[in-house]
Amino acid sequence: MQVPAHVEYERAASVEHALALLARFGPEARILAGGHSLIPMMKLRLAQPEVLVDINGLAELGYLRLDGAELAIGALTRHAELLSSELAAAHFPILTDAEKVIADPVVRNWGTIGGSLCQADPSEDLSAAFAALKATMVIRSPDGTRTVPAREFHTGPYETVVAPGELLTEIRIAVRPGGGSSYVKVGRRVGDWPVGAAGAALWLDGGVIGAAGVGLTAVGARNFAAAEAEEFLSGARPGPDTFRRAGEIAAEHCRPVPDQRGPAAYKRHLACELTARALSRALDRAPQAADGAAPGRAG
Amino acid sequence: MQITVTVNGTAYTRDVEARLLLIHFIRDELRLTGSHWGCDTSNCGACVVWLDGRPVKSCTVLAAMADGHQVRTVEDLARGAGLDPVQEGFARCHGLQCGFCTPGMMMTARWLLDHVPDPDEATIREAISGQICRCTGYENIVRSVRWAAEHEAAARAAESGSQP
Repeated sequence: MQVPAHVEYERAASVEHALALLARFGPEARILAGGHSLIPMMKLRLAQPEVLVDINGLAELGYLRLDGAELAIGALTRHAELLSSELAAAHFPILTDAEKVIADPVVRNWGTIGGSLCQADPSEDLSAAFAALKATMVIRSPDGTRTVPAREFHTGPYETVVAPGELLTEIRIAVRPGGGSSYVKVGRRVGDWPVGAAGAALWLDGGVIGAAGVGLTAVGARNFAAAEAEEFLSGARPGPDTFRRAGEIAAEHCRPVPDQRGPAAYKRHLACELTARALSRALDRAPQAADGAAPGRAG
Repeated sequence: MQITVTVNGTAYTRDVEARLLLIHFIRDELRLTGSHWGCDTSNCGACVVWLDGRPVKSCTVLAAMADGHQVRTVEDLARGAGLDPVQEGFARCHGLQCGFCTPGMMMTARWLLDHVPDPDEATIREAISGQICRCTGYENIVRSVRWAAEHEAAARAAESGSQP
C-alpha cells in the first residue's frame, strides 16, 4: 500500500493567499495542483513536503485566451482543456498533438499544465512543445511578477527556476503569422513517458524558413531544444533534405541516456527521425503550404 | 482535519489525515467498496470515480481535495430496481470476467456516453485507454459500451416518438 507520509494541508483562496501560505511555511511547502505528479512522488518518498498548498480552487488560473498578440495559458489549465481548446489548435496545433499523447484521458482530466512543467521530468512533453514555441513562463511572488523564457525554466531534472515562495501562473506564446507546428512522439504504450519525442514550429518568410523552433524530450537535449538545428534551418528552403539534415544536427547534440525504454543509439535515431517528421508536418500546416505555394518557390 | 464530501448525493463529514487518498476514504471510511483499489500508481484505472462530474483516478487524489466537492461512484449507477444501461451492457456482452476493472471501466463508459452518445470503437478504446483489463482483451468491454449506446439511442427514439 502506497500512501504519502504525514503532511499538512492548506487550501488557497486566491493567488495572493497561495503566495502568503508559501511565505508562511517556507521551502518545505509545495503547491498542490492536479497532484498527478506530486502525489505519486509523495507515495514513493521522492517528495516529502511538510505542507501542501492546494490551488485547485483558483479558477482565476484556469484559462486559455488571446491576450494581445499572445496566447495566454493559465497554469491551472487541465491537460484535457488544452487538448480540447479550439484556440490552441488554431494557433499552435503542436500543443494539441502533444496533449493527445500525454498520460491518458482520465489523468488528463486532472493533471495541469503548470504542474507538469514544475514537476520538470526530463521526459515531459509540454516542456519540449513550449521550448519549440519559445514560450514565456510567468512566475509570481509576493514581490511581483517575473518572466522567464521556456528554455531557461528548467535548471536540471526535476528542478526549475521557480523558487520557494514563488508560483508559476501563466505560459505565454507569441502568435505570429505564417507559422505551422506539430509534435510527434514514440512511446511504448498509452500513459508511458516517451522513448523520444520532437516538436517543431516553422514560420515561413517568402520561400524560406524565417524562424524555426525545435523541441526535444526524453533524449537529453539541452533545455529541451535543438538550438543548432534551428540555426541551420533559419533562412533555409524547407523540404525533406533540409529537414533530414536538421534532424541529424539535432541528434548529434543530444545526450540520451539508455534505460528500460531503449538504448542511447535508438533514442538518438528517434531524435533525428522525429525532428524531421515534426518539421515536415509543421510545414504542411503552415499557411503558405495551404495556399499552394510550393516550398522553395521564390516569394 | 475535518472534511465534508458529497458522495452519490449524500454529504459525509469525517475527520481524516490530510494524506488520506480519496479511494481509501471512499472504501474504508464510507464502506463503499464498489470502487476498487488497484495499482496505486494511477496506471490501472480500477479506482476511477467522478469528482465534480469528471472521471479521476481516486488513488491519485487526496480526500482533502474533495472537501466540499461532489463524488460519484459505481454504487450510484443503478437507480431504483433498474441497472444503468452501461451495467446492463457489461452483463449482456460479457464485459467482465474477474470484475476487478469493471467499476472504473463503467464510470468512464458512463461519462463517455453522457458526452458522446454514439461513440465508434476507436473513441471507446481511446476513452478507456488509461484503464487496464487483464481478462477480456477489451473486445467485450467495447461491445458492452456499444450495446449501452445503442440501447440508449433506441430508448431516446422511442421516447421522442411517443411525444407528438
